[in-house]
Amino acid sequence: MEFPALALLVLLPAGGAGIVALIPERRRDLILPVTVGLTMLPLAVALWILWEFEVGNGAFQLTERVLWFEPLGISWNVGVDGISLLLVVLTAVLFPISILASTSITKNVKMYMVSMLILETGLLGVFVALDLLLFFVFFEVTLIPMYLLIGIWGSENRVYAAVKFVLYTALGSALMLAAIIWLAVVAGPQLGGTTFDFTRLLDAELSSGAQLWLFLAFGAAFAIKVPLFPFHTWLPDAHTEAPTAGSVLLAGVLLKLGTYGFVRFNLTLFPDASVRLAPWIAAIAVVGIVYGAVVAIVQPDVKRLVAYSSVSHLGFIVLGTFALTTQGIQGGVIQMVNHGLTTGGLFLLVGMIYDRRHTREIADYGGLARVMPLYAGFFLFTAFASAGLPGLNGFIGEFKVLLGSYLSLPVHAVVAAFGVVLAAVYLLWAYERVFTGPVTKEENEKLVDLNAREISILVPIAALIVFLGVYPRPALDRIEPSVDVILERIEAQTDYDVPRFGTTAEIDLAAEGD
Amino acid sequence: MIDYHALAPELLLAGTVLAVLTVDLLRVEKYWVAVVGLFGLFLSFIPVLTLGFCDTLTFCEDTGTRFLFGESYAVDSFSLVLKALFLGSAFVAVLLSVGYLESDRFWQGEFYFLMLSSVLGAVVMASSRDLVTIFVALELVTGPTFLMAGWRKGDPRSNEAMLKFFIIGVLSAALLLFGMSLVYGTTGELTFAGIRAEAAGIRGGDLEALFTVGVLFTLLGFAFKVSAVPFHFWTPDTYEGSPTPVTAYLSVVSKTAGFVGLLAICYLAFRDATFLWGPALWVLAAASMTVGNLAALRQTNIVRLLGYSSIAQGGFILVPFGAAVAAGVTDVQLEEAFFATVTYLLIYAFMNLGAFAVIIAGGNRLRSAEIGDWAGMFGYAPGLATMLAVFFFSLAGIPPLAGWFAKFVMFRAVLSVGGGWAAALAIIAAVNSVIAFVYYAKVVKSAFMDPAPEHVAVADLARMPTVPSLQFALVLTVAGVIVLGIFPGIIAEIGELTKTFASGF
Repeated sequence: MEFPALALLVLLPAGGAGIVALIPERRRDLILPVTVGLTMLPLAVALWILWEFEVGNGAFQLTERVLWFEPLGISWNVGVDGISLLLVVLTAVLFPISILASTSITKNVKMYMVSMLILETGLLGVFVALDLLLFFVFFEVTLIPMYLLIGIWGSENRVYAAVKFVLYTALGSALMLAAIIWLAVVAGPQLGGTTFDFTRLLDAELSSGAQLWLFLAFGAAFAIKVPLFPFHTWLPDAHTEAPTAGSVLLAGVLLKLGTYGFVRFNLTLFPDASVRLAPWIAAIAVVGIVYGAVVAIVQPDVKRLVAYSSVSHLGFIVLGTFALTTQGIQGGVIQMVNHGLTTGGLFLLVGMIYDRRHTREIADYGGLARVMPLYAGFFLFTAFASAGLPGLNGFIGEFKVLLGSYLSLPVHAVVAAFGVVLAAVYLLWAYERVFTGPVTKEENEKLVDLNAREISILVPIAALIVFLGVYPRPALDRIEPSVDVILERIEAQTDYDVPRFGTTAEIDLAAEGD
Repeated sequence: MIDYHALAPELLLAGTVLAVLTVDLLRVEKYWVAVVGLFGLFLSFIPVLTLGFCDTLTFCEDTGTRFLFGESYAVDSFSLVLKALFLGSAFVAVLLSVGYLESDRFWQGEFYFLMLSSVLGAVVMASSRDLVTIFVALELVTGPTFLMAGWRKGDPRSNEAMLKFFIIGVLSAALLLFGMSLVYGTTGELTFAGIRAEAAGIRGGDLEALFTVGVLFTLLGFAFKVSAVPFHFWTPDTYEGSPTPVTAYLSVVSKTAGFVGLLAICYLAFRDATFLWGPALWVLAAASMTVGNLAALRQTNIVRLLGYSSIAQGGFILVPFGAAVAAGVTDVQLEEAFFATVTYLLIYAFMNLGAFAVIIAGGNRLRSAEIGDWAGMFGYAPGLATMLAVFFFSLAGIPPLAGWFAKFVMFRAVLSVGGGWAAALAIIAAVNSVIAFVYYAKVVKSAFMDPAPEHVAVADLARMPTVPSLQFALVLTVAGVIVLGIFPGIIAEIGELTKTFASGF
């Protein structure tokens, strides 16, 4: 048996939660450093996985399969491919950062860290699970820690936001559980027994009616998680009220469960339904792009602004996914990582200023660039990345998404392109109001610039933003073969032809030449 | 010749019942009565194990299913699993009672005597294979609990709880007996095997109508016992008014005993009459889930909330029965449904007893069952609040806590039957699990996120210890809920064993 790297990856944080729980109350000061140390372990494993990953191979790698419970066809079945690989690494990177950013948590620190670590197990598990039931279990495991993180350590309206978050998600999960079982029951006779094994379920032939219903049930769960317009209303509340680390992880990783689910399960298991519904879902995504951006412009609360920008950015990812072209899906996947970095970075920055001033109102600031030049620099940099400035990571993702969707859904792509313009508007206008001009408020004059800890949090994110912006090739090379596997499958199962122009290599050259 | 090995659990338990009475007469601390009871329960558990692992033991002669007294009493893997469940749950229920009874001037010896007698009834129930035995067992389960419900003699609510429970209990016994008499009258048989054989000839004959009425009244009698809507109205008042350990006992052991009777009657005696009990139990399942959950949403008293929650959980347990509504349901599908119900019952016992253990521990501190008073518990009793969250989220079916697996097998049973009615029931169940989530999460929200009310002396409460027996019960149930949630294979293997039961004799 090979070294079970993925099992280790997923279980390390859960084991870490046990260790943190054992730290005695009188050594509270140890809790944060120990937790940071513990999250470095899964990060190390994730980097090892990144290293071991064979480029150019679109199949699942490092797979492990242990029967969990045989008669019901449930197994510990995990693996990574190009689509999940970077999300696993992103998750492992964001956790130590978010925990370092949690120094302002003083109430029940131990419980907070335990929740964080369990959340990490759940998130890593979701991305590597290749058994539908295992996926469901991890999907649900993320629910409770997030509920507690928002509800206990959030700001004023936290309880309302927590309950709203958890109810929306629970509704989606109930649908998904029923759909998973139904799928296994429908596919069981064809496969010689009930199984929840994703790779085996791919062999089942589902009627186009069944595909449609199953697509909708899975899709509902993922659409709530993404969230797609009009299921997005929980998101601004949850984001705004959550503690900084909660917002970072919510935006950085949790929302990706939805988009990842669409790519991983909806496109592959229900190709016929995907082709039929793609223009509609893409249309909803475009509505979300524009709506999220327009609403973000008028937000007086800077955290809420970033939250609505998430709705807009996630719309791009879904648009790319349902463009059903190589560039579109590839752009969607890389954009999941990009959005995690940029929006995660923005939430970290908002959290840093909130720790100093305890207000998120844009109107309470002004001229901060004079008092906190370093902070202003980081903010502008991240905002540019988020708005898709060429040379930074946001550009390559959005460009690919627009290119890919232009091939199959030109009207959608044209409308979505306005989203890019609007993103520049809301981010730069917010920057202008917060940072430029004279210092208008007396309280802001004595603000201290970033300290060493805060810089050490922001630097890795900034480095990754630049790296992916300047040299996205290594990432794209890993994603592309897996995307091709999905599209080949769709072409084989339906009469859909993936529109292409030129070869991907040429387009990549065009993209990088910019 | 009587197979004493097969009867050993019942005999040992009966001996314990007498021993408890005797110890009560001695001049010792009443505490020892409970200890003797616990020891007796443990002792009765041993032959259950030796019978269960008979094929691997040298001294044991493996005879497969052991029938005693003709075909009236059977010891098979189903009955052994359920006996283990009853003895284990009773063990926890006694642990819950010790601190409670010590805390005030209660009669103690009699209490354990009654509780253990009731457990004896439940253990007999698991093996009953004819109408008379099952009726006697059911009454032995229920009779003592009437008295236990009224154990707080000075409290009018406890008296009300007892009286309501008693009247409804007697009514349901009468209905059950009436139904059974019609079944006996039309088939001329008392054993389930005989009824099943005779029932085939009744279809289309003169007696069919009478037999149908008999079946429905029998189901009705059990519907009261498992507090299925619309026969549930005694449940909230009785649960709220009874001493909390008694409520825990009622909601787990007594309720499970009712379900075991229902399982035996439906899957053995009325096996070929799924067209009768399928639709009837479909309706009861849908109604229990919906009414139980909607009513639970509005509760402010945590015990009452769990009362309605247990009505709703009863609905979930009935769902696999309701799946038999589909025409042409196959034997394999019925086995799956049977398996789902048994698995659900096993998991339900752990999480519901655990939830009550938390409520008793919290009630000891707060002297209140109002959810509002429980607010902020995480601040002064983080361990207890965390356990509350564990059990409540398990009841809500969130993985990796055991409840998710119960929900999973339930959905699987009903969806694998297929067809419009089964699908409709699955949708009702799915909607209900979301509704249920709302109120479970509400209690957790209150304990974790709301500030403690001003009249609660937080500093005093933080220092208050949990009684050791209660701690033991909490550890047992928490471990069960977590381990079974992560390794559901364990419970499923056990449930799998019982499947042979559903495949007939």
